[in-house]
Amino acid sequence: MRMECFLTDNARRLGGKTALVAGGRRLTYAELDALSDRLAAGLAACGVRRDDRVLVFADNSWEAAVAIYAALKAGAAFSPINPSTKADKLAYIVGNCRPAAIVTQARLAAVAAEARAIAGAEGMTIVSTEARGGAAPDGTVSFSRLLATDAAPPAHGGIDVDLGMLIYTSGSTGRPKGVMMTHRNMDAASHSITTLLENREDDVIVSVLPLAFNYGLYQLLMAIRVGATLVLEKSFAFPQAVFERMREEGATGFPLVPTMSAMMLQMRDLAPGFLPSLRYITNTAATLPPTHIAQLRTLFPQAKIYSMYGLTECKRCTCLPPEELDRRPGSVGIAIPNTEVFVVDDEGRPAAAGTAGELVVRGPHVMQGYWGDPEATAQALRPGFHPWEKVLYTGDLFRADEDGFLYFIARKDDIIKTRGEKVAPREVEAVLHAHPGIADAVVFGVADAILGHAVAAMVVAADPALTERDVIRHCAARLEDYMVPKSVEFRAELPKTDTGKVSRRLAAETVEPAQ
Amino acid sequence: MERGSSEMIDTIRDSVRDFIVENFLFGDAAHAPADDESLIENDIVDSTGILELVAFIEESFGFSVADADIVPANLDTLDRIAAFVAGRTSAAAA
Repeated sequence: MRMECFLTDNARRLGGKTALVAGGRRLTYAELDALSDRLAAGLAACGVRRDDRVLVFADNSWEAAVAIYAALKAGAAFSPINPSTKADKLAYIVGNCRPAAIVTQARLAAVAAEARAIAGAEGMTIVSTEARGGAAPDGTVSFSRLLATDAAPPAHGGIDVDLGMLIYTSGSTGRPKGVMMTHRNMDAASHSITTLLENREDDVIVSVLPLAFNYGLYQLLMAIRVGATLVLEKSFAFPQAVFERMREEGATGFPLVPTMSAMMLQMRDLAPGFLPSLRYITNTAATLPPTHIAQLRTLFPQAKIYSMYGLTECKRCTCLPPEELDRRPGSVGIAIPNTEVFVVDDEGRPAAAGTAGELVVRGPHVMQGYWGDPEATAQALRPGFHPWEKVLYTGDLFRADEDGFLYFIARKDDIIKTRGEKVAPREVEAVLHAHPGIADAVVFGVADAILGHAVAAMVVAADPALTERDVIRHCAARLEDYMVPKSVEFRAELPKTDTGKVSRRLAAETVEPAQ
Repeated sequence: MERGSSEMIDTIRDSVRDFIVENFLFGDAAHAPADDESLIENDIVDSTGILELVAFIEESFGFSVADADIVPANLDTLDRIAAFVAGRTSAAAA
């Protein structure tokens, strides 16, 4: 089934029910359906056709949700872009997938325009919301003008094996890769997870995770699928305000990353049981430390805690049944419904219990490949059990216990997981090397109580006057917030292996003694 | 009395602005937030940044910020932070 059909079907069935609460606005299923119909017609009028790409470059907002469904209703695939993405990187993505349109907000329209100029993509329409009390920025099409036109979405003729989403993820090469997901892939993933979580129409899910992040995006897709209510918050900066909103709305579901539970751990005045309506908590991106689990149990005694693991290339792979949490606290569980996972050795043969190997994923949720990158696709998608299928090599090392429960060990590459997001050290190093005052640089992760890992840089300065602040500011102007190094150390030379290669591992060990 | 408290508010606002420029804008004073500009909406301070800001306030102004006070009404603009801190410090002095 195509993903927008869940919205149209539920609008017919539950028209007056609240679908989305965001930015002070409440939208019923009927309203979300009608608004996305109108925007789809507007996008079509701007030249968006079946199989085109539409970038959605915005904060968590009702406009972003409308744009996602509008792109699908226009027959296009949407691509959610982190709102802290800078013009250079956005230009790379624009050049990579050649979108027909980008839907953004007034604050970010200048970045979109700059990216369009850098990429030489004059044909890309920029649709922007209005600045507060003003018009849409110059050179953009007004979002509200498109919504004001009462028109039906185009009859695009698309089916569910068409591309529904292109979602960019950090690649170890330092260039983002566009993960291709069909409607059918997203249908399978969202069905599997909502089955597991026993999601229902009366669920109220409160999410502070960005829609540009797979985990955040699926909160929308899953809520709309089951006819539930999604409350979108922009961030977890003010946890008390989020909790207040959860109380008001009667939240039943709360998706977390460990950085959020680490922030909650620092709060002093939370009373156990303060959110009695909460039915479940999910966690992914990194394993919850036992102290976090204990704290969540105390605060939310009635809520089930689902510890999950996944990657953009298949959305979600495993989940630990809540009743196993005490017995196997470090485990990310077993395959989610209607999927298989297994650990293989270097030759691709199943590894024995307790032996480390690469995790391989099989199922209808596995991506179609990376946009325009057959080489990287061939690395990730390899022949499976049957002649007709491809399975996903995750690049993550795991081991299974005697009962088949899985434990994450490490990445096979150098990807850093910080605040739940993946950072490719090479992407940060490329930005550092572009600074005229830097002769050489290496980027690595160091353990951090809040972030999981913090991005750190070690630099050889060509300019003796260069300061840590200069380096961080240079990065902040060019990288998404979460990629900017938290610390910079200056050295006369970088740590190298015996063969003379710069070593991220040795660099990390000099900063953080190996345990 | 009135003048004294508005001077105090100015001093607090300046010191918080310096902290934000130094720690979140890496010394780039040209992009310092206006006094009534939302720190979150404008991407100046992120989730973990608020924790750093709270730690700075506790350390500089010598009072402990309760969880219930870490809300946008108290901390989302320089003006609100200055008013919140001034309220707390004068309450403690009284």
